[in-house]
Amino acid sequence: MSTASSSVTVSDQFPAGLRVLVVDDDPTCLRILEKMLGTCLYEVTKCNRAEIALDMLRTNKNGYDIVISDVHMPDMDGFKLLEQVGLEMDLPVIMMSADDSKQVVMKGVTHGACDYLIKPVRIEALKNIWQHVVRKRKNEWKDLEQSGSVEEGDRQPKPSEEADYSSSANEGNWRTSKRRKDEEEEIEERDDTSTLKKPRVVWSVELHQQFVSAVNQLGIDKAVPKKILELMNVPGLTRENVASHLQKYRLYLRRLSGVSPHQGNSFISSHSQEPPYGSLSSLSGLDFQTLAATGQIPAQSLATLQAAGLARSAAKPGLPMPLVDQRNIFSFDNQKLRFGEGQPQHMSSGKQMNLLHGIPTTMDSKQLVNLHHSAQSLGSLNMQASAHGNPSGQSSPLLMQMAQPQSRGQILTETSGGQVPRLPTSVGHPILSNGAAGAMLAINGIGENSRGTGYNSVSQTSSVLNFPLNHSAELPGNSFPLGSTPGISAGMSTLTTKGGFQEEINSDIKGSGGFMPSYDIFNDLQQHKPHNWELQNVGFAFDASQHSNSLQASVDVTPSVLVNQGYSSSQRNVQNSNVSAMGKPIFSVGEGSEHGIALNVGQHLNSLLVDNSTRVKSERVTDTSCQPTLLPQHFGQEDLMSAILKQQDGLGPAENDFEFDGYSLDNIPV
Amino acid sequence: MERNQQLRRQLASMRQSLFDQGHLDEQFILLEELQDDANPNFVEEVVTLHYRDSARLITTIERALEKSPLDFNKLDGYMHQFKGSSTSIGAKKVKAESTQFREYCEAGNGEGCLKTFQLLKRDYATLRRKLEAYFQVLLCMG
Repeated sequence: MSTASSSVTVSDQFPAGLRVLVVDDDPTCLRILEKMLGTCLYEVTKCNRAEIALDMLRTNKNGYDIVISDVHMPDMDGFKLLEQVGLEMDLPVIMMSADDSKQVVMKGVTHGACDYLIKPVRIEALKNIWQHVVRKRKNEWKDLEQSGSVEEGDRQPKPSEEADYSSSANEGNWRTSKRRKDEEEEIEERDDTSTLKKPRVVWSVELHQQFVSAVNQLGIDKAVPKKILELMNVPGLTRENVASHLQKYRLYLRRLSGVSPHQGNSFISSHSQEPPYGSLSSLSGLDFQTLAATGQIPAQSLATLQAAGLARSAAKPGLPMPLVDQRNIFSFDNQKLRFGEGQPQHMSSGKQMNLLHGIPTTMDSKQLVNLHHSAQSLGSLNMQASAHGNPSGQSSPLLMQMAQPQSRGQILTETSGGQVPRLPTSVGHPILSNGAAGAMLAINGIGENSRGTGYNSVSQTSSVLNFPLNHSAELPGNSFPLGSTPGISAGMSTLTTKGGFQEEINSDIKGSGGFMPSYDIFNDLQQHKPHNWELQNVGFAFDASQHSNSLQASVDVTPSVLVNQGYSSSQRNVQNSNVSAMGKPIFSVGEGSEHGIALNVGQHLNSLLVDNSTRVKSERVTDTSCQPTLLPQHFGQEDLMSAILKQQDGLGPAENDFEFDGYSLDNIPV
Repeated sequence: MERNQQLRRQLASMRQSLFDQGHLDEQFILLEELQDDANPNFVEEVVTLHYRDSARLITTIERALEKSPLDFNKLDGYMHQFKGSSTSIGAKKVKAESTQFREYCEAGNGEGCLKTFQLLKRDYATLRRKLEAYFQVLLCMG
């Protein structure tokens, strides 16, 4: 298989380099398929277990273009895999089987397979699979276009799906841009997306929340795309976007009913990333206090949380989210996750802050409550740390709604108020102090990633950063130093999530629209102080009650603390580059992956959070913090997100200022 | 040279007979076509993989056939797997017998299953033996 020319220049080579993931438990078939696909010049990855395949997909969100899977597999039914992939990654999936009975083929179709091949598979059939990729992108693109990016339309000719199509320049462009999108760091505006950026709409946490609330308002039975669209009132969103998302959501709900709730929680997370933040839930069990105390959320847990939450690859189980390193918390690494990069980066960066994502800027009490749930211990942990840190009412205990992805489902509903929960920055009471656990709220999401993410600049975007605190595992380990050190709270006060961390950090911190649009954190956290994270919006009701998945924990954490955490670390890393770019609704960028916005936000947040003032503990952050690269990369989708987030604009600069200066992150035991 | 030519001829005739006798079908040819310089032993590699994997399945099916009463669902499942694997290397006779076996499973015909399975095992062993010999000659040729 030739390595796909990564991008750039491949216009003539497309579909060469198409990244295929083939899943089949039969080693003979697998080997043959691998060889055949290689002969077609695709970049093949083979896998003999569905679970592993899902992990790979989650870890590397943007690493594959198409999935081919067998129907009958011992560990997981092929249709289930198909469904999951569709929900979480939205990649085209081709089913294969020796069974050609009508029922089975029909089942494939109804579950969303874009094609069904009968074994033994012929190489000719494989030669044309790229058409599915193109078609899907095109459709998504079309949706996007409506919002304004038009070029694409021109550029993308109808895929005639003939073999010749591969030579079309458009394809190449598309491919290239798609790749580039992943790699580039700039946040693209919606307009820019026309350059064949991923046309997918990134369903940020916030956006999804809006969606869910609209659906709930209408009643799941009566919820039709048109009405949902109207209710959501998100400019640029098309009926098609909503329709496809609704379809997935329905599947998700259906699955939920048969699955334990905690799994299903984070729709968003699964949507964008990984499946339920199961791990996060585990975190919820975590006592934030404990976490705070220890300052460290077991990396594992955090990692899991994060992972769970963030579809992103929760992979980072090992994310060391030092609680202490509050900065981490805010690292929206989660976001990074979203970016499709499985990179550990976001995790590493600090454990992506997925937490922050969920930090709603203005958290109503309701939301706060929600946060609690979602915040899942992680969030709370983080928050706590932060909370403690800022005993002063720093602006407000960031009630970061860390809707951790874990409870995606929860978060969604919770925040469904239709609006991004805004964490009242001035939550006055330093929830943080009390138990930082709450603080962990926002931080949870944030902390996770962030290992230090500095939410600092959160402020800008109106979009509340929903820090899905739940963000999975990441949080816990990451930067939740918040809880641990009281000092953090001090710092946290500045957590004012600017952007309103509403983001639910859940899983994908899906770009909660509100997601701190202004994550300028990166740029200069210090400077952004005012913006930083105005957690104010984020009403992190950091509720230590971490509810399992959603790190929503109402994070009372003083944003500053939280942010600092995340930021410092991220700051280090990020500082530059991306952050500024990210400024925008940063996280909307969500991991490049399609859904990623939400998550990405988290990640970005991290980076953004780069602690303006707190360089404190940036240690953590440094490595982990949102890697700058993360941010930019995923901007492909992010653009969309940003655009959406921009709308959100709810995140006003947090007055609380997250100045992290006070961040005594030091106190936070890592 | 001479030896090589002989071997080559031998190889060709072995191969042809496999087709003539209905042991292999065109899928095998497709495998041969996939072979290239990058994977010069591709066919052998795949065949080896198949036999390793399918041997396990054969044993499983055998054990399942010893149970009483027969669990046709399970048997069908195993055979489905086995069939898929056999199909991919072009094992024609074995594939036909697998299909027959599955039909008996569906009908709940235990007797039919047992009989068919015996036939299947026999043909499976025959093909395996022949292919092993074939590859040995191939190997000799260098």
